[in-house]
Order: sequence, then C-alpha cells, then structure tokens
Amino acid sequence: MNILVCVKQVPDTNEIKIDPETHTLVRAGVPSIVNPFDTYALEAGVQIKEAIGGKVVVVSMGPEQAADALKTCLSVGADAAYLVSGREFGGSDTLATSFILSNAVKTIEEKEGAPFDLILCGKQAVDGDTAQVGPELAEHLGLPQLTYAMDLTVEDGVVKIKRECDDGYDLMTTNLPAVITVVKLPTEPRYPTIRSKMAAKKKPIPVLTAEDLAIDVSRCGLKGSPTKVKSTYTPSREKSGVKIAGLPADEAAAQLATLLTDAKIL
Amino acid sequence: MDFRIDEEHQELIDLYREFAQNEVKPIAAEIDETERFPIENVKKMAEMGLLGIPFPEEYGGAGMDTLSYVQCVEELSKVCATTGVIVSAHTSLCATPIYLFGTEEQKQKYLIPLASGEKLGAFGLTEPSAGTDSSQQKTTAVLVDDDHWVLNGSKIFITNAGAADIFFILAMTDKSLGNKGISAFIVEKGMPGFSIGKQENKMGIRASSTCELIFEDCIVPKENLVGEIGKGFKYAMMTLDGGRIGIAAQALGIAEGAIEETVKYVQERTQFGRRISQFQNTQFELAKMRANTEAAKLLVYQAACAKDNHEKYTHLAAMAKLVAATNASDVTRRCLQLYGGYGYTKDYPIERMMRDAKITEIYEGTSEVQMMVISGWMGVK
Amino acid sequence: MSEAYQNIWVFVETECGKAKNVGFELLNPARELADKKGCKLIAVVIGKDVEHVAKDAICYGADSAILVEGDEYEYYSTDAFATALVELIQKYKPETVIIGATNNGRDMGPRVSCRLKTGLTADCTALDIDEETGCIAWTRPTFGGNLMATIECPECRPQMGTVRPAVFKKATYQEGKTGEIVREDIHVAADAIRTKLLERVKEVAEAVNLEEADIIVSGGRGVGSVEGFATIRELADLLGATVGCSRAVVDAGWMPHAHQVGQSGKTVAPKVYIACGISGAIQHVAGMSGADTIIAINKDEEAPIFEVADYGIVGNLFDVIPAFIEAYKKIKA
Repeated sequence: MNILVCVKQVPDTNEIKIDPETHTLVRAGVPSIVNPFDTYALEAGVQIKEAIGGKVVVVSMGPEQAADALKTCLSVGADAAYLVSGREFGGSDTLATSFILSNAVKTIEEKEGAPFDLILCGKQAVDGDTAQVGPELAEHLGLPQLTYAMDLTVEDGVVKIKRECDDGYDLMTTNLPAVITVVKLPTEPRYPTIRSKMAAKKKPIPVLTAEDLAIDVSRCGLKGSPTKVKSTYTPSREKSGVKIAGLPADEAAAQLATLLTDAKIL
Repeated sequence: MDFRIDEEHQELIDLYREFAQNEVKPIAAEIDETERFPIENVKKMAEMGLLGIPFPEEYGGAGMDTLSYVQCVEELSKVCATTGVIVSAHTSLCATPIYLFGTEEQKQKYLIPLASGEKLGAFGLTEPSAGTDSSQQKTTAVLVDDDHWVLNGSKIFITNAGAADIFFILAMTDKSLGNKGISAFIVEKGMPGFSIGKQENKMGIRASSTCELIFEDCIVPKENLVGEIGKGFKYAMMTLDGGRIGIAAQALGIAEGAIEETVKYVQERTQFGRRISQFQNTQFELAKMRANTEAAKLLVYQAACAKDNHEKYTHLAAMAKLVAATNASDVTRRCLQLYGGYGYTKDYPIERMMRDAKITEIYEGTSEVQMMVISGWMGVK
Repeated sequence: MSEAYQNIWVFVETECGKAKNVGFELLNPARELADKKGCKLIAVVIGKDVEHVAKDAICYGADSAILVEGDEYEYYSTDAFATALVELIQKYKPETVIIGATNNGRDMGPRVSCRLKTGLTADCTALDIDEETGCIAWTRPTFGGNLMATIECPECRPQMGTVRPAVFKKATYQEGKTGEIVREDIHVAADAIRTKLLERVKEVAEAVNLEEADIIVSGGRGVGSVEGFATIRELADLLGATVGCSRAVVDAGWMPHAHQVGQSGKTVAPKVYIACGISGAIQHVAGMSGADTIIAINKDEEAPIFEVADYGIVGNLFDVIPAFIEAYKKIKA
C-alpha cells in the first residue's frame, strides 16, 4: 500500500488574535501546528500501513517553515515527506491549491516509483475551513472520493469508511485508488517518541518547486484562483444586555424568569 | 558559559509540554482528589520513551541525558507534581542505581524493561525508625545456603510502591558494621514473602501510590545482590544525589506551573474595577517569583549538566533542591494569596500546587539535610 | 465572462425523497438577490420521487424548478450528483449556484466547481451583491470564526458557494403558488458511481436536531461532569428545548459531538439560546450568535459570553437553574 497524506501547517486557531485595526491575523506569538484534522488522516494512514504494510508519504504546500509540520509528521509514522513551495504558489485559492497538489502527486509518484493507492486528507483546515481541497484534488486526479470519514479500513483493494452523519454514520466503500477526507478516528493520533522525534530531525525533506512540477503557472497562485478576497472584518460581538450580578441565586433567577416571560421570550 | 537550551533539548521540551498539557493536566485534579495512580498516562509515557530518558538505547533508553530528563520532570510537574514524581522516582531511584551499580545480567534483566517503560520501578530505603538517619536500617538480609537471600523488615513512604514491578531495596547484611553493613538488592513484585502494605493518605502528590513494603522471610535470588556487599549505603547516597536533581526539577515545575496559572488568573479577575494584574502588588509579587524561579532553574540545570559531564555534583544537586523546594513552597503560597478566596477552593489548581510543593522540602533529603551537605562541602564544620 | 450566464440557482438537496431544510432556507436570500439582479430564481432538485420538493421550492420562492429524478439519486453519491449537476449547469449556464453546506453539499460542490474550473466559496453565512461589480459577495467566517471574509468570483461563471444551514430562515410558504417544472432526463450508469453505501447506522438514541430547535439549552465546561448535564436536561425538558454543548464538553467526553454548537460543531439560530457555564469562546459564539435571544448563566462575571448575551446572571449554574425552574413554574402556574 502506498499512502499519501496531504497536510497543512496552520496557526493554532485557539490562540488566534486579529488586529482590530487592520483586520489581519496577528502572526507573532501564535504557534503553528499541523492542522488537527490532518493529524487524524496521518494516523489513519500509519495504522493502515502497520496493519497491512506499505509506505506513508506526506506532502504539504506552504512556505519554507511548513517543513516543521512535515518533521512532526515524520516523527509520528510517516516514512517520507515532500514540501511543495514557491512564490508562484502564494495566494492560491482551493482550485489552484488542489491543481498544484494534483501535479505534486504525479511528481512524487514518479520519484517514489509507484502510484499512490490511497490519498488521505483532513476534512478541512482549521484556518480556511473550506473542506474543498480534498474533493478538488480527487477531481483533478479523476479519483473517487469519500468524505467525513470517522473510521476507515482497507482490505483487498477496497477502502471502507464510516461517514459522519448527524445521527450516526453511513458505512461506505470504494475501490482503490481513492481520496478520503478524515474527520477523526476512534483513537487519538499518537505522540512522537523521543527516538522517533530525534530520527525525524535528521530526515531530509525535498522541496518541490514549480519547475520540479513542470506546472502551468497560470493556473497557480492568485492568477490561477477564480475566487478573490474582497474584504475582511472582525465580527462584532458587543451587545448591551441585561446582566444580573451580585444577587442570591433565587432572587436573580426569579428576576430573570419575570423579565423573560414579560417580554414573551419564554 | 552558554545558558541557551540547544535545539534538540528544546524540541523535547516541546514534546514533554504537549503531552503534559494534553494528557496530564486534564486529570490532575481528579487523581489528586481520588488518589488514583494514573496508570493510563504512565503507559503512554512508556510508549513515548519518557521512562528511560537518560539511559543508552541499548538498554531500552532514549539515549538522552540528565538535562533532558529533568526537563521532562519539570514540564510534567508544571501541571501535575504527582506525575512528575512517578517519573523521577522510577528513573532516578530505581533504574539509575541498576544502571550504575548492576551487573550486565542485571541490566539485561531489569534495566531494559525499566528504561523501556515496560516495568515500573521504586526505591526502598526509608524505614519507620530510619528516616533522615537512614543508617538505622532494621531490615535485614541473610544469605541462606549460599543460595538465596532472606529479607525481613519493612520500608515506609515508598513512592510508586503500589504500581511498581521492580524495587531497589537497602537492607542490613551485617549489623555490626553500621553503614558499612548495608547492601542493595533488586526485589521483584511477587517474590515469596514480599507484600505491599497500606497506602498513605497524603497532603499532596496524592496519586503517587506511597505505600509500605513488607518483607516476611522474603526470598530473593542470590544474584539479585547489587554490587558489592556492604556498599549499599554508599550506593543509596549516590543514588539520592541524582534523585535530588529530579526532585529539584519537580519543585521548579510546580513553581513555574503556579506562576503560569496565576498570570492567567490575574488578567481575568477584576476587583475595584480593575484587573488585579493592574495592581502593583500583583506585578511585584509575580516579578519576584519569576526571578527567584529563574534562579532555581539555573541551579537545577547546572546540577544536571554537571552530572552529564561526569563532574562532582553532590553539592550542586543539594543547592538546586534546597533552593527550588523552598521556592516552590514560597511561590505557591504567594500565588494562592493573589487568587484570594477562589485560590482556597478546589475549583482552581493553586491549592493543590501548594499542597504538592511542601513534600519537595521533605523527601529525598529534607532541606536541612541539603544544608548539611552544602555546609559540609564548604568545610564549615 | 459571458452574457450567456444568467439566473440564480439554488440546489435543493434531497435524500430518500425528502428535501433537506437548508435548500428551502436558501431560496429566501436567493430570492432577494434575484430581485436585485432582476433575474430568475430557479430551484434544482435531484432525487428519487421528488416532484413534490420541486413544487415546494416554488412555494418557498423559486420562480421555477429543474427536476432530475432517478433511482440512482435515492441516496447521495458524489459521482451521480456531481455528474447530473455539471450536466445541468453546462446546459443552462446559470450565473450563480448556491448549495447548502451540508456534508453532502460540501462533498459535491467542490467536485462540480473543479470540473467547471470555476470558483466556489465555502460555508458562507451572508450573501449580497457587490453594487460595483455585480458579483455575488459571499461572506464567510474564517480562522475559527475570528475573522469574516467577503469573497467574490469576478471572472469565472457560474459563481458558486455553499451556505451554512440555519443561517437563513425559510420564507413563508405560499400555498398554491405555481411555476414551471422542467424535467431533465439525466441518468448515471451504476458502474459510473464508484462509491457504495452499504449501511446507514443510527448511533444517537434520539436524533439531535439543533439546527431546527426553537429553544436550545447549552452546557459548557462549567457544567463540570456528565452528571452535571442532568440539571441542563431538566431545564431543557421544562422548556421543550434541545440540549447543546460547547467543544470543551465534547472534548471531555461528557456529551457526543452531535450536540456541539460552534465553529467546529453546528451553527444554530434558535429563538432562545441559554448558555450555562459557557465562557463564550469565539469558536462557540460563531455558532450561536444568530439566536434571537441569548441568555447566559456563568459564575465568572468577566466571561465573554456576557458580551453577546441579551440577558445574563452571574452565579453558579447549579444554584441558578433550579431556582429559575421553580420561579418559571410559579409564573406559568
């Protein structure tokens, strides 16, 4: 089994701050992490490798620092990593990103000497929250896709997933090769061990440029992106509500019950 | 002199921190309340290699050093001092003396499972009438038929006792020789005549399974004697020198954890229409605590580096433990004061940290013992 | 961009012959957009035995509907639905296609837009027309709800977007309204559908339908335990409300994910949202700020939830809720 896992380095959205003046992300001091959904995708890939053998390759598109995210992946079971990076790729929307990644898949397949049987992505990145790159990658590659997997297994060239639904799951299958996007797994992603972490530090991470991919750059970056960000703003949240403080619970509760029933809210 | 942490150590600190924050912190209050030994996290730490950090890879260890090991204890203790001492007692007090004084066979049989975390270790020196004066050992070991040792007696306040598989035990082989009549043994859980007594109900580090060990005609194979006969007390003292760096790191972590929590709290809590972080008393208190804690950290790291460099470190370990432990108690008490009434409740972790801090001034040599060691080294007699 | 592209489409998702609410919801803002542009609003309905859905879509505001029916559309599959929708778009050339951001909508949308090499804006919460460019201005939360971004697709057509369920409310159902229903005979061969649904498994005892609840009582970290949720449930039962929760609660394993409200859970817009022991992290607020009335109970006076609350009590929820239940019963008696 040759497994490819697509990962993205993202700012930890739990610690994000937005400059209220410029409406842009304050990057300083915000830690970068591997997109949490991608960590499940990687864990799924590694578990499949451990169960039936094979190789797990990770790929990420991003700036040079995204190599850190790939190192993290190497420390938790990935066997090889590639970074797709270059000025031409900056500002890509999901269509351009998935186009670049689909080209990278082909280049990596040549380098690794075998096609991928299974391509795994997190269901979405927590910075952009689009959930579009996985399905678009599948479309570019002409592969079937299954999305929102909460569990997956591979047997005899068939991948079977539990697809998340509101009140349970759908048990779905498709033949390999296929693209699967992962929401989570029954088990949490593993931690690196001290040894695997030290070993990952030493592994080289090849960088694939536009030239390496021999890609049509007019379909990359801002130029290749049909969607444009017109403006951004910080959501307003101030409201002048009624706050009852400093009263004993029963008095406060009685006051609230009266307010709500008088206003016919309840 | 270079006070920077290199990249390798820093990356491992990040790993320890991630584990501590995600896995240890969420259960810290619960295991304190229920005195439940956190076996699930001990297993995870074993998988990650955290139970054999300073030992060579060929003995199942991670191949790192004392510095990285104390940084692990520090990160764990920031959120849960119990978890910190579980790792410290296992590593410093059980695996280390086997590594230092054991035969190759003993290392193969006992150090590998300990360092790989497959087995958990504990150390038995203290007895009801041999605390700080540990030379007053009553536990005896007698060689029978030149075939096996028979141990009789009991040990108290043994960290990890209820969960450990392998014990490094000191016992008297010749009473007439005093300290020089003490020898060291490896005792396994389940050996005939060996049992675990009651668990102590403690003020702090409540989940560390501190119990009594009971030896009633306990039969230990002859080959489980460690090193030379009569050298046990020396081995124990050397072991404790190293252990003190671990406990100093635990104390350091407790202080750092308390400051981290308090810095968050004072920025959220308002009184008199201001965040309490805006009061100069708060600012100065935290500034002093931070400075003193940084001083403790340098001492702890210095002692660890001296050990790694095979320099004399007995006095450095004693200084580190004295300063870090005193500071931990002081910092947690002051932090609680900044919290006010909420700090006195179990809704916040600060009262637990204050209870946990106290033990660092007591075990593996009280602060007074550390002062004896330091003044002795100074030649003040 | 070509003049040939016109009209606004809303994809009304169906499954097993029934429409999902979001399709009807989207007809409401889409109607406004169509009126502003002076173009037609067309509902696209693909499914098995779903003519009634096409009729309902017209009653909810569509001028007309395009209907594709077939056995292969009974259950959702990427291949069947994407193939059918692409074929329709290529034939009719709509200027705008709006899709509900359900799991299926977000599975199909990118497949379709990518095949058409056009832009798709994900998971929008507001729609407008840019007066200057005439493009749809798709607004969506990003970075965990910390930032809102307005996105346009100036050069490619159709311009496409997925829009979150429960952000818009359905228009009033206009009984007896009629419009043209155009049937399109598109079939996808069984072997062209590469994925298979083996089984549908229900795991939650009662279906949690937060998105359609009128009242939601939600618990956060402050509830403290699984047992603590008994108090939340008691209040919910009294008010006929659905129980929600914050991410911290799901992370702690006190409630299943299906109950989670927020950026990584459900977006809800009930009449009343009661947040108990929820601090009001932006990820949570992103999912519930559309509620008509927000009520907060929290012991921390400084909790950010009070910034978005219409009514708030500073106090321990385990004291306040029982007292509230008693007071409320007394008033209603």
